[in-house]
Amino acid sequence: MYDFNNIYQPKTVKEALEMKKAHPDALLLAGGSDILIQCREGRLAGRDVISIYTLDELRGICMEDDGTILIRPLTSFSHITNNPIIKKYIPTLGDAVDQIGGPQIRNIGTIGGNICNGVTSADSATTLKTYDAILEIASVDGIRILPYADFSKGPGRVDLREGEMLTGIRIKKDSYENTFGKYIKYSMRRAMDIATLGCSVNVRLTEDKKKVDRVRIAFGVAGPVPLRALSAEESLKGQLISEELLEAASQAVMADVNPRNSWRASKDFRIQLIKELTRRALRSSIEQAGGEF
Amino acid sequence: MIVGKAVNRVDAEAKASGTAKYVADLVDRNALVAKVLHSTIANGTVLSFDLDEAYKVPGVVKIVTCFDVPDKQFPTPGHPWSTHKAHQDISDRKLLNTRVRFYGDDIAAVIAEDEIAATRALKLIKVEYEEYEPILTYEDAMKDGAMAIHEEKPNNVVVHSDYEMGNFDEAIKEEGLIKVEGTYETPIVSHCHIENAGSYAYMESGRIIVVSSTQIPHIIRRVISQALDCGMGKIRVIKPYIGGGFGNKQDALTEPLNAFLTSVVGGRCVKLFYTREETFVCTRTRHAMKFFIESYVRKDGTFAARKIKAYSTQGAYASHAHALVANAVNGFRMMYPVGAIKGDAYTVYTNLPTAGAMRAYGIPQIGFALEAHVDDICQKAGFDKVQFRRDNMMQVGFVDPFTTIACHSSGLDECITRGKEYVNWDQKIEEYKNQTGDIRRGVGMAVFCYKTGVYPIALETSAVRMVLNQDGSTQVQMGATEIGQGADTVFSQMAAETLGFTLDKVNLISTQDTDVTPYDTGAYASRQTYVSGMAVKKTALSLKKKICEFAGYMLNRDPSDLDIEDNNIVHVGTREKYLTTEEVAMEACYSLENSNHISAEETHHCSDNTYALGCCFAEVEVDIPMCSVKILKIINVHDSGKIINPQTARGQVHGGMSMGIGYGLYERLIIDPKTGKTNNDNLLDYKLMTVLDTPDLGYDFVEPEDPSGPYGNKALGEPPVIPVAPALRNAVYNATGVAVNAIPLHPQRLFEEFSKAGLIK
Ligand SMILES: Cc1cc2nc3c(=O)[nH]c(=O)nc-3n(C[C@H](O)[C@H](O)[C@H](O)COP(=O)(O)OP(=O)(O)OC[C@H]3O[C@@H](n4cnc5c(N)ncnc54)[C@H](O)[C@@H]3O)c2cc1C
Repeated sequence: MYDFNNIYQPKTVKEALEMKKAHPDALLLAGGSDILIQCREGRLAGRDVISIYTLDELRGICMEDDGTILIRPLTSFSHITNNPIIKKYIPTLGDAVDQIGGPQIRNIGTIGGNICNGVTSADSATTLKTYDAILEIASVDGIRILPYADFSKGPGRVDLREGEMLTGIRIKKDSYENTFGKYIKYSMRRAMDIATLGCSVNVRLTEDKKKVDRVRIAFGVAGPVPLRALSAEESLKGQLISEELLEAASQAVMADVNPRNSWRASKDFRIQLIKELTRRALRSSIEQAGGEF
Repeated sequence: MIVGKAVNRVDAEAKASGTAKYVADLVDRNALVAKVLHSTIANGTVLSFDLDEAYKVPGVVKIVTCFDVPDKQFPTPGHPWSTHKAHQDISDRKLLNTRVRFYGDDIAAVIAEDEIAATRALKLIKVEYEEYEPILTYEDAMKDGAMAIHEEKPNNVVVHSDYEMGNFDEAIKEEGLIKVEGTYETPIVSHCHIENAGSYAYMESGRIIVVSSTQIPHIIRRVISQALDCGMGKIRVIKPYIGGGFGNKQDALTEPLNAFLTSVVGGRCVKLFYTREETFVCTRTRHAMKFFIESYVRKDGTFAARKIKAYSTQGAYASHAHALVANAVNGFRMMYPVGAIKGDAYTVYTNLPTAGAMRAYGIPQIGFALEAHVDDICQKAGFDKVQFRRDNMMQVGFVDPFTTIACHSSGLDECITRGKEYVNWDQKIEEYKNQTGDIRRGVGMAVFCYKTGVYPIALETSAVRMVLNQDGSTQVQMGATEIGQGADTVFSQMAAETLGFTLDKVNLISTQDTDVTPYDTGAYASRQTYVSGMAVKKTALSLKKKICEFAGYMLNRDPSDLDIEDNNIVHVGTREKYLTTEEVAMEACYSLENSNHISAEETHHCSDNTYALGCCFAEVEVDIPMCSVKILKIINVHDSGKIINPQTARGQVHGGMSMGIGYGLYERLIIDPKTGKTNNDNLLDYKLMTVLDTPDLGYDFVEPEDPSGPYGNKALGEPPVIPVAPALRNAVYNATGVAVNAIPLHPQRLFEEFSKAGLIK
């Protein structure tokens, strides 16, 4: 038994946005795999709920005319992993969300729910960060476009204003073209676990495959929100591929992260993981791109 | 032969098709819902409650608090009662407690029309406490001047015991001994049975009926009668199918309180189902133990002397109390009964969740400490790890001087041989010498011994009833319980075997109902196949005799010339068929001259015990920078005597190994060191392994027939969990040279240990 107050079931996005305006405190329910947990725990007990789960307009993946990939927020993790566009152009994302929970969660959980829930361990978040995802956010007043980089506001808090809803996630062609990546989820067990640390890296090499043309690195659980290692990325740009590069990367990211001590893992252990995962994810990305050490 | 065959479980179809009924399937849909209010402090006293807001929630029927329950303490553990006062279990809790002793103690209960009303009301109850500093370690609890958690035990020591075999002080004077010391620690872990604790209770004609997910229905009836101070005849306990227990349900959990709750609402049905979080914190756990071991070994690789000091952290209430650490220090002696041995054990109250019985009852703790220690000895003295164990381990004919338990049979040597072969031990030991690099491999092993049942420490008794049906089949009623381990199946095989019936003619009644089911203490101590098996055999022989007597009357033959085979009455010698058992049963029931409703009921009072033995061999790969361990190969080889059913036996070994890997690498209850609150009271944060974390589990059986077992069998239910954690620890030691003396070897711990050892910079 879940402790809800009223449940509203809109038939269209427009209706959903109107309901959201009329009931600003109501929770948007997508797959429910975060919300129901919080209802049961009591944090969200006794609330009104607007279920958007049946709104198929918000589901699916397509490529727009300019090569931008559009992922609708209700797309489930298993659909993302198995989608031909994702497989071909951003396999790192498909691979990342394939490490979420277990098969049931990957069928019910949505990518929109994952990022709107706003936690630092969200497995899709780091890869979306490294691919510079752009969010489409709608309300009855129209549409707002926001880089995903600016979405996080703090642990469990995101930049969704009253009456707003996420309606699209876009990744531009320049962002994924000629780019190879790797997401490593470090967790205490191999399924049904949240990341102790997540690291997503992608690279584009120079034409001769000797140097790094562009590298992007993001971490989950290395700070209160998923974060990009921007200073490290900058320092690695144009560098020669070598073992030393991996070492330099693992040192450079330290300036960008801010892990903490908790009963789940110590700060020092997380730092060890940040360094090691950086080395391993970067090595894998470079090797996939055809680089040699 | 039906014994020894891999027949399908008798409950397979019911369980796979969903027709098997569990407590939650049986409960009346209109039942009231009870929820317990648990304390949010670890140590203190409840001063008062404000219930006004909670009573305003629509649907709330009644709220009872610690000020409303009988002022009577009662014991909870699933032991047979002792009529000798000195051996009785400790009575140290009330139905709800004013004196709060751990974070999560039961202080009040709400009864409501539904779960939401009950949960909402719980949140609105205001409690005023007097708070004391939580005492969260045995060290703090034993300090001079530490506050008493129970006034009956002013120094917080529940029990202290010791023993000495030979003369330790003399023995260590021998010239040339090598001394090895070590300290070993095991964590609090949880049973994690699939079905949470839960029961429902109602009244009929002044009697209280409790339907519960328990391993021990007859004992639960006794505990309820003690808690409510009423006659046992006033209580009826029913146990349907249950979703596992692993010892947690060898304790009175929700039942006594629930019996009380129905009585305060006029006998209406009340259900009290614990959530997973409550099951983690408010039922029982495995005792955390710490061992200080000191060994003196000769250069020839034999023990001259050793001693152990053991501290068992009990938590808030006594439950099974000292029995576990006593078992542990006895196990320390029995495994290698060589040289002088001294044991010293303490069980200590703390403000932690209550520890109780859990699979293998103290032996996984000592199994880890002792087998890690033996590897430490071998490493230090340069002994061969396998040979040292072989040279010192228990042999047939050994009689433990304190418990008088004799080693009637042993296949341990052969178990070790097979284990070695499986992991290619000798070759790997060579191959894995002098490794460098980030990824290293190693092999490890451990042995164990385990008693079968609780004789002579406590009573071992079991009763069985068999009733002959007109079609020549039989209903078998037993107090022994099926808890998922396959008991009903092996009992059915035993009954069929001894009766001369085919398996389909045996209907084993799975449900226990204390109003009608013969007495047996229940599922624990790996006792049932042995002790209750003896009762099955005795009752089957008795029923068979009666059937043959009636057949003799029908045939006008001497019954001693008759036997039963494949449901036929046959000549004992020639095996010539005379009648079917169905013909005998029909005639016996409806005979106009001599009607006789054939049934048999026997009690077996068991006064023997025997050791099950075995080992685990494992090969691991350690990723040092990632602080992770991968199991490449693992096998348990067991001597549990004759295996009654290889298929269900395999299930027990696999389940136990999974629990053992969890114990060695993953599981621990994490308690906040300031407040005493359990941080990881859920299956996300409590790292129970998933199927993806589970390697291929090898298993093998060496089957010497045990002369004391009813069918040559010995303990198997619990043993598989014992040797796994130390084998893994020893394999990591072999791989990295880092001896980790506390489990689990989870990444955070490995990070700290590898950093200390300089493997991580
Ligand atoms: C057993 C289990 C295992 C899990 N394992 C993982 C894991 O390994 N990795 C991981 O990252 N997560 C994991 N999760 C968390 C969860 O499954 C994911 O975060 C999932 O993506 C949530 O999606 P949902 O559709 O179920 O979200 P919901 O619970 O429906 O919603 C989540 C939040 O997002 C908001 N929201 C949803 N859609 C929109 C929208 N379109 N616009 C605005 N707001 C919206 C909701 O209001 C809510 O606040 C696990 C959960 C469970 C129960």
